Amino acid sequence: MTDIQAVGRQLAEAIKGFSADYIEARLEESQKSYITYRGRELESVGQSTAVGGNIRALVKGGWGFVSFNRLSDLPGRIELAVKQATLVGREESKLAPVKPIVDIVSPEIDKNPLAIPLAEKKQLLDEYNDIIWRTPKLQTSVIGYGDSHKKVIFLNSSGSYIQQERADITLRLSAVAAEDGEVQQANLSLGSRGDFKSIQGLQQPVEEMARHAVELLSAPQVKGREYTVVLDPVLAGVFVHEAFGHLSESDFVYENDRLREIMVLGKKFGRPELNIVDSAALPGLRGSYKYDDEGVPAIKTYLIKEGKLVGRLHSRETAAKMNEAPTGNARAINYHFPPIVRMTNTYIEPSSASFDEIIADIKEGVYAKNWFGGTTSMEMFTFSAGEAYMIRNGKVAEALRPVVLTGNVFTTLNNIDAIGNDLEMNQGGGCGKAGQMPLPVSNGSPHIRIRQCLVGGR
Amino acid sequence: MENILAQAKKVAEEAEVFMVSAEETPVQFEANRLKHIQTKQSTHLALRIIKEGRLGYATTTETGNAHSLVDNAMETAKFGMRAKFELPSPTTYPQIDIFDPAVESTSIEKMGKLGQELIALITEHTPDIICEAMVAKEIISLRIINSRGGQASYKKSIFSLGIIGSLIRGTDMLFVGEIQSSGRPLTQPGEVAKVVLQQLELARNQASAPTKQLPVIFTPRGAANALIPSLMMAFNGKTVLEGASPIGNKLGKLVFDPKLWLWDDPTIAYRPHSRPCDDEGIPSQRTPLIEQGKVASFLYDLQTAALAGTRSTGNGSRRGGLPTPSPTTLIIAPGKTTFDEMVSDIKEGLVIEQLMGAEQGNILGGDFSGNVLLGYKVESGKIVGRVKNTMVSGNVYQILKEVTAIGSQAEWVGGVVNTPPIYCPRLSVASK
Repeated sequence: MTDIQAVGRQLAEAIKGFSADYIEARLEESQKSYITYRGRELESVGQSTAVGGNIRALVKGGWGFVSFNRLSDLPGRIELAVKQATLVGREESKLAPVKPIVDIVSPEIDKNPLAIPLAEKKQLLDEYNDIIWRTPKLQTSVIGYGDSHKKVIFLNSSGSYIQQERADITLRLSAVAAEDGEVQQANLSLGSRGDFKSIQGLQQPVEEMARHAVELLSAPQVKGREYTVVLDPVLAGVFVHEAFGHLSESDFVYENDRLREIMVLGKKFGRPELNIVDSAALPGLRGSYKYDDEGVPAIKTYLIKEGKLVGRLHSRETAAKMNEAPTGNARAINYHFPPIVRMTNTYIEPSSASFDEIIADIKEGVYAKNWFGGTTSMEMFTFSAGEAYMIRNGKVAEALRPVVLTGNVFTTLNNIDAIGNDLEMNQGGGCGKAGQMPLPVSNGSPHIRIRQCLVGGR
Repeated sequence: MENILAQAKKVAEEAEVFMVSAEETPVQFEANRLKHIQTKQSTHLALRIIKEGRLGYATTTETGNAHSLVDNAMETAKFGMRAKFELPSPTTYPQIDIFDPAVESTSIEKMGKLGQELIALITEHTPDIICEAMVAKEIISLRIINSRGGQASYKKSIFSLGIIGSLIRGTDMLFVGEIQSSGRPLTQPGEVAKVVLQQLELARNQASAPTKQLPVIFTPRGAANALIPSLMMAFNGKTVLEGASPIGNKLGKLVFDPKLWLWDDPTIAYRPHSRPCDDEGIPSQRTPLIEQGKVASFLYDLQTAALAGTRSTGNGSRRGGLPTPSPTTLIIAPGKTTFDEMVSDIKEGLVIEQLMGAEQGNILGGDFSGNVLLGYKVESGKIVGRVKNTMVSGNVYQILKEVTAIGSQAEWVGGVVNTPPIYCPRLSVASK
């Protein structure tokens, strides 16, 4: 493969010859492999390699960005980025100050999953697929395994030069059951920072998933209305990501005066037990890193503390324009895109309630588990559960068809009236924003109870 | 490419080399101002081989590194699926206009001006709206060669113009937006603005929806967003082959309302998904999916078609991996009823322009459930305002089995779906 370190050194020299308020470059080399199954058969297996880079320039508040995977004519590409930025720039460039950092981050934390032979990966997936297919009434299965390893060099006109590596594994399994023209499915999503062990030994959850798909064929659909809803840690993690995480991304806020008024620090969003955190500085999770894609060190950021808004996620530009400190949340999914403000590992901190205490006084409610999807419009959000059950008289009762829940950020967080003691981080998700998806993130929470949550249904 | 094919032929029975290069230039506006100009160049090379009857596959961005590409493909061929198809021999392709040099030659300055004009049209109407706009041009070149002598290549242009506006009053947020795409330069920002201004007008007042079953009109954007994803999964030949499509065994049978016609058509001039051939070199064709409510056919690539004992419909598309059946441009035929006639027919109901979360349910089974991100209440034949905190749920097959009316005026949604409004007798609505 092309030696991106050598190209990095050339680029670091070359950008000195251009005049702009700020210039940065990223270079990336990556390897990926994937195996997919549809039904009993392996559907596809493939390997890919990629090398590419980009230049981003800032002139008078305007940005130019050039991405490429032909590593020739680098000065020409820098010139183009600067020219584009100059065409845009009409005001003053503002970037929160960050000390220049020179660092080669040791790759030891991540194992390289590409070093594991394809045969070994296939053997594990075969085993899971066999388990799924042992379930009666099963119509088909879909399995998608993917892994990657990449090395990224970041450098800028202030003298930073950072090399980081990351590995990633995702595994998604779904079982589809069918009977009399009815089709139902159940899913399982997992991920890790390159550790293959994390997706081994899942025989039991895979079997439960397949059985659940069949169970759903005879499950009723919930009646659409407001319920008291209890979310398991996986779904509550998706909830916190969609319901609040996206609204705390400052690029939505920094140039919107009305939104800045609504999102003023100190504003009450929830009850005093509610604490929400985003932290790329937690080690070993899919959203973890030492430096973001602007070379800013990762930190732990409280978004909500004791129910009040206390912080938000920043790039260098949004931090400067809001007179706040940078948080190291500028991320790009790959060299094809500029960094934008993103979440990393986002979670609700645990409190004291046990699961039994949380459901004890619910006469009729919905227990929603497991992640299927989620999206937000800032004010309103929806998220969907892979599994759902009625709660009757303080006990988990009959299974329901998958449910979609919706809420309004300004009321729903305040309706969280119980927070469990059982925080778990879920690594199976991926986040999409501005065409950049799926970005590796993790979400987490203990069990939580939400009063008056709107559930869609028949 | 020829070099890679030659090397691959030495070690495998069959081989195919696919190369796509793109240059994309998006000009972006944030908070009503020009903010970002980008140029994105990319080249991807993919090698598919058949070795001892099994498929091997590898991709790279490094066009000079044939050796490791062949090695990577060979390694995967040990485990790959059994290839049941033959790569296409030399053939002729339909002549479809998909490249307009005027896209390539549109200057960044001109694109910036278009974006500014578009934003001005919206802010003149609603001064406190904050807009993000995007004007983009893209040139894509594609070439496929295979060991049976088959070869295909084309160049196409895409031009897009879009805007999202957010209007915040207190903690109430309204999002409006429209994106249009074409193979030729879009020069009339008024066409995009028209859609957004109508959304702003209709959403001016707020209205509340009850929790009960109501008649619903899906606008073209609402229909594309809520109904199309389930149908596309169901008409995918792969889903059919697995027996997981609810309509898989209903070929030729009446499953939908007889007023409904749907087809896939990659041959329309200057559509972003139009092309003379698919990503396997199979000539493009128009494929009927629903004819008079009857299931007419499914979408296939080479391998899926071979396994199903049928022919590829030219719908093999690659999204970084092996070709897989996927739709190109989808058309729902217009009906006889105007949108205004539909609205005036409703005593109490909803108009759905955008549903959030519609793709999150059991879309394979046709179930969908979503928050009405943009939708309007109809009372006594008139749109009275925007609804919020409202969910609708339904099943695509139940809804499309019996529709009250299909609109007489179809619109392009994102340049790739053309559909009229669809008026359904009842849908479950839950509101708070």
